[in-house]
Amino acid sequence: MNAFKSLSIAGAKGFLRDKAAVFFILLFPLMFLVIFGLLFRDAGTDKIKLAVVGDGPVVRALSQAGVVETQRFDSADAAVATVRAGDLPGAVIENGTNVQLRFAASDQNQSGIVNGLVSSVVDKANVAATGQQPRFTFQPSQVEDDSLNAIQYLTPGILSWAVASAGVFGAAMTFVQWRRKQVLRRLWLAPVSPATVLMSRIGVTLGIAISQAVLFVGIACLPLFGLRLAGTWWLSIPVFLFGMLAFFAIGLLIGSFAKTEEAANGAAQIVVLPMAFLSGTFFPIDRSPGWLQTVSQIFPLRHMNDGMQDFLVRGKGIEALVVPSAILIGFTLVVGFVATRVFRWDS
Amino acid sequence: MTGNGGGGDAIVVSAIRKTYGELTAVDGVSFTVAEGEFFGILGPNGAGKTTTLEIVEGLRRPDAGSVTLLGENPWPRKVKLVPRIGVQLQASAFFEKLTAREQLQTFASLYGKGTKNIDEMLDVVGLAEKANTREDKLSGGQRQRLSIACALVHDPDIVFLDEPTAALDPQARRNLWDVLREIRSRGKTIVYTTHYLDEAEALCDRVAIMDHGTILAMDTPAALVRGLDAPAHIMLDHGVLPVDDVRGFTGVDEVKDDGTTLTITTRKPAPVLSALAERGTLDGLQVRTATLEDVFLDLTGREYRA
Repeated sequence: MNAFKSLSIAGAKGFLRDKAAVFFILLFPLMFLVIFGLLFRDAGTDKIKLAVVGDGPVVRALSQAGVVETQRFDSADAAVATVRAGDLPGAVIENGTNVQLRFAASDQNQSGIVNGLVSSVVDKANVAATGQQPRFTFQPSQVEDDSLNAIQYLTPGILSWAVASAGVFGAAMTFVQWRRKQVLRRLWLAPVSPATVLMSRIGVTLGIAISQAVLFVGIACLPLFGLRLAGTWWLSIPVFLFGMLAFFAIGLLIGSFAKTEEAANGAAQIVVLPMAFLSGTFFPIDRSPGWLQTVSQIFPLRHMNDGMQDFLVRGKGIEALVVPSAILIGFTLVVGFVATRVFRWDS
Repeated sequence: MTGNGGGGDAIVVSAIRKTYGELTAVDGVSFTVAEGEFFGILGPNGAGKTTTLEIVEGLRRPDAGSVTLLGENPWPRKVKLVPRIGVQLQASAFFEKLTAREQLQTFASLYGKGTKNIDEMLDVVGLAEKANTREDKLSGGQRQRLSIACALVHDPDIVFLDEPTAALDPQARRNLWDVLREIRSRGKTIVYTTHYLDEAEALCDRVAIMDHGTILAMDTPAALVRGLDAPAHIMLDHGVLPVDDVRGFTGVDEVKDDGTTLTITTRKPAPVLSALAERGTLDGLQVRTATLEDVFLDLTGREYRA
């Protein structure tokens, strides 16, 4: 067995046998994915709920349209009372050919939607009643792939964050520990090249990143969460790899100058935490203020996030690969170069 | 010295010096270690033992002086030379959470060695039963022995051991002595540091006593002790003999009785012992001759700081 292989196996075994590491690298981010995925499952798709009384083509059309939810009431008075109390924005009372809409004008936005919606349903019912084919057909469809669904941005965001954490913490802690326990010195005295040692650590980090990806995407695809991968999801693989390398380089840099595990842990937190919050891991970055979006451009995690989202869920084409890849590669080269300059084998 | 020109010398160190800022860690150290020799570097903490070892191993470059290790300068690191030396460091350099066998397998593979002599190595250091125990579950003594096995797994010619018995309990320490003797019997050259004087006396062919970055004395333990010309102490139970009688014996330098023990100081123990034997007072008698510790205290002139 050659040195690269045996060092990689040793690293993988060390990781898998470290229960705390497995928890923080694999299960902790997964917990976020599951909790936020469930919490925000219906966020953004909050449907308007209308009270309906009676039965007829209009009420049936409203119930089946899927645009609104309906709540059935037995009497018009009860329905109107609910609207008056502010619990529902409007009540549709269908009695033969008479369709009444009683709405709360307090929320102008909603009352407008309710009015437009009900009148269009009534118009359609009128057209249908004439027995003629409608002359104009109306075909709405949205351009985004259901970007309102939380799991679609949570999955790439949390995966990128988890890969970033694993890369930064893993590399930083390993090199500090190895220096303190004199493993690095022992390796220096063995006929193994620094490049081999480095490559084996990258190999371990890559293995961990792949298990994170399979685990998170696999679970997000369950019907409970309902992630739908875009057709160009495979274009996210290069972004994923370059991102992993960029964060490994940051970890290497921290591991080069930190003297103790505590210092390395603190430095890694300072790097990863703000990035996680400001790069669109837990909420879509395009909903935050403009200045914050600009600031977040300095974080490699932002670019990994963007790239992962573009291909995993937005289905962008290969041309969208250029920017995130170039930034992540550049970042890796610069930070990696500095890290190798300041790297110490010995304390 | 056994090394007579060229082939017989595994290590030649001449006048090496190393300073860290204000501190002179090694100040003109020279010594030669012959092939197959068990060489001890003895001294208190901070004497410069570890730095000396690091320079010889090629981990650090001396500010002055030269080192020849198996005929080559170990600095800068030579990939050809490193497989011929085995190093046990002060911190046990293990890979996290691997078992004893896995540690040895990993280290063996770094040297392109197979796994065939790993069981033998575990046997030599007495860890055959702990082969599948993780490093973090081993005791201090077991870790030290595993660490030594890791230094030996690629069958090096020279083995460097930095304080292998530090912080071990007496059983573990004696246990390790057997391991070291076994390695020695395999024809390895061993250079090791310790601050245990009894240990150096028991194990080493030659000892260098170091303090403040310099070698104060270097010889076989027996020659060092002999050179000291220290008196022997003979101890008897109080009241066995009257003090004044003992003062009359040939060769007695001094007699003390503290109420528990009667102590006779002499440079000629033979006539004193025969005088005591004539009076039938050999029961419970103890003789304490000079040890390396006395040599050390004589050389450094202060309390031993181990």
